[in-house]
Amino acid sequence: MRTNDVMLQTATKVVTFIILMFAVHIFFAGHYTPGGGFVGGLLTASAIVLLMLAFDIETVKKIIPFNYVMMTAIGLLLALATAGASIFFNVPFFTHAYDYFHLPLFGKTSLHSAALFDLGVYLVVVGVTMTIIQTIGEDE
Amino acid sequence: MINLLLFPVIIPMLFGTILLFFPKNIRMQRIIAACGVAITFIAGLFLLAAVKTNGLQAVTLGSWDAPFGISMVSDLFSVLLVLTATLITLFVIFYSFQTIGFEREQSYYYPAVLFLLTGVNGAFTTGDIFNLFVFFEVLLMSSYMLIVHGGEKPQLRETIKYLLVNIISSALFVAAVAYLYSVTGTLNMADLAVKIPQIQETGILTVIAVLFLVVFGFKASIFPLYFWLPGSYYAPPIPVLALFGALLTKVGVYAITRTYTLFFTMNIEVTHELLAIIAILTILAGCIGALAYFDVKKIIIYNIIIAVGVILFGVSQMNGAGVEGAIFYLIHDMLIKAALFFLVGIIAVLFGTTNLREMGGLIKTYPLLGWTYLLAAFGLAGIPPLSGFPGKLLIVQGGFEGPNFWGSLVILATSLLVLLSVIRIFIYAFWGPPVKTIPINKSAYNQMFIPSLLLVIITVFVGVGAELFMPLISGAGEVLLNPSIYIDAVLKE
Amino acid sequence: MEIIMSVAIGFLFMAAVYLILSKSLIRIIIGTGLLSHGAHLLILTMGGLGGTAPPVVADGVQITDYVDPLPQALILTAIVISFAVTSFFLVLAYRAYQELGTDDMNLMRGIEDRD
Repeated sequence: MRTNDVMLQTATKVVTFIILMFAVHIFFAGHYTPGGGFVGGLLTASAIVLLMLAFDIETVKKIIPFNYVMMTAIGLLLALATAGASIFFNVPFFTHAYDYFHLPLFGKTSLHSAALFDLGVYLVVVGVTMTIIQTIGEDE
Repeated sequence: MINLLLFPVIIPMLFGTILLFFPKNIRMQRIIAACGVAITFIAGLFLLAAVKTNGLQAVTLGSWDAPFGISMVSDLFSVLLVLTATLITLFVIFYSFQTIGFEREQSYYYPAVLFLLTGVNGAFTTGDIFNLFVFFEVLLMSSYMLIVHGGEKPQLRETIKYLLVNIISSALFVAAVAYLYSVTGTLNMADLAVKIPQIQETGILTVIAVLFLVVFGFKASIFPLYFWLPGSYYAPPIPVLALFGALLTKVGVYAITRTYTLFFTMNIEVTHELLAIIAILTILAGCIGALAYFDVKKIIIYNIIIAVGVILFGVSQMNGAGVEGAIFYLIHDMLIKAALFFLVGIIAVLFGTTNLREMGGLIKTYPLLGWTYLLAAFGLAGIPPLSGFPGKLLIVQGGFEGPNFWGSLVILATSLLVLLSVIRIFIYAFWGPPVKTIPINKSAYNQMFIPSLLLVIITVFVGVGAELFMPLISGAGEVLLNPSIYIDAVLKE
Repeated sequence: MEIIMSVAIGFLFMAAVYLILSKSLIRIIIGTGLLSHGAHLLILTMGGLGGTAPPVVADGVQITDYVDPLPQALILTAIVISFAVTSFFLVLAYRAYQELGTDDMNLMRGIEDRD
């Protein structure tokens, strides 16, 4: 029996984007304050899960046609590459580089190689969480 | 190259990640996995040369100063274990081509093996107790995946138990780390080795040391905590079993050895005496199991437990002979266990069963297999001049020089039981009236047999050429017995 | 404060042990979750509860006001790991339930007899 889920679906259409934007905010907030790739990734995954709850897995797959295992692999590779770049400069592994730049629009901004590492973490978290949820959710 | 010691950890991870991109292409999976492990092995050889000529290698991640950042340390002990583990993984990959099955190969088998190697090498290399926990979890996650891989009913059932035991031991690990941090205020192993002798209250530290023994004991399968091992290791297919039997328990043994020689030395009369008693009980319990079963896999699995006891007894003596013997025996045991599981796997494939009572007469059709098995069995029991002998000799000598001479007597006596347990396989499977075997084509058989034969030849070489390896082993033992070498290298100035 | 935390940790461990000893798989999984929560709280308490400012350099904060950042980093790592393990356990329990047709640990014992 299919229940009436108009409320959920309507709300989801709005809330999903709010969650996604918040995930991006949290991701960049991790620069100097609490937040970061892991929390951001979990928030993103929760937004996608909300979509899956409100609609169904097939629809969501059509909207977001990612291969999540591939996403995990790319994330791992990105994180490993960022950390491993230090090998070429002969400084200890995981040493990161940072500097201040004057960017148009943003003004004085600090750019940090750790953000790339965090992006890798973000991709891994989204990839792994969604792989797990799809594995359970796919068979009826 | 200050990052050289990290290569054996990073390279398998990199190759494992690359393998995630094309799971269905078996040919590429095989080639890249084997290449990755071979490159790791070469990196390990370079590392060994560096450690041999320049002494301990240490790097603290992220350019932090030593007690604050995560230190990675490579001494002779850890680099020898890294090399052995990588070598075994390489052979397991070769052996898997024929035995693991296409379906498993297509669903991320090789990445899981490589991530397991990452965890094992990381655990051997790390110099930080919490980082040790992290690498434990890396190798445990891969092992969960490998043990359930294929999803057969016994696998699912046994994985649940394996997972539960390891989750509980991980929670205890975290709790033990918390206690240690509250008492000492540091988690860097070298810094711990400096701080612990300065603390007057040894009572609480003894409790923490025993708590760590429980945590690592779950992984190493020491006496009261080995109950999960026979069931869980029985479930996965042979290559996975060989990998687990050779590597996983040994990581626990390594962790006990490292912590009990480097910093938990404040109350040797209690902690190391306890370790010696537990080690002897482990040997006895393992012997009972190895003699009780008529199943080839079970017999070798119980021999894992016996070996853990023998090694830990050597460690508990805290003298030159005992520790050197433990190191030698650890390396020997990793190699010989993998070889024995390979050979037993071939026997099981040929008969289509693991029950000894339904076997017989294999020596007529596969003579070379029979003699190779006999050689490996003698090596396991420690018949001179094979590889088990020098290690066991030193451990027994350590026991006689140390406080626990009775332990040495038990080890000598149980060596005969070990020999009996593995020779039973030889008698039942190779002698007696021939039993019909499953026909198997020649190249498939060779693909299984050649890695096994090579591994046995390596163990013979390790045994006969023990004199060649002794400088390395005694160098490793020297660092374990003199923590100041370790401390100076990590904390530098 | 430390006393209250200790009691809370003890209670979590107690509940976890009770749940892990039950027969149903899902209760066991919840039990392992509680067990790791207890362990995480233990790290937090053992690291000392002093300090209120987040461990990030800011203006006008004395060095004594910062909390110890190490236990927090350890907890974050441990949480990530327990998250991964718990989700793996859930998937495994679900598969096992499908394949074996039971979630009762009593029916999952043995090697040869009940396949």
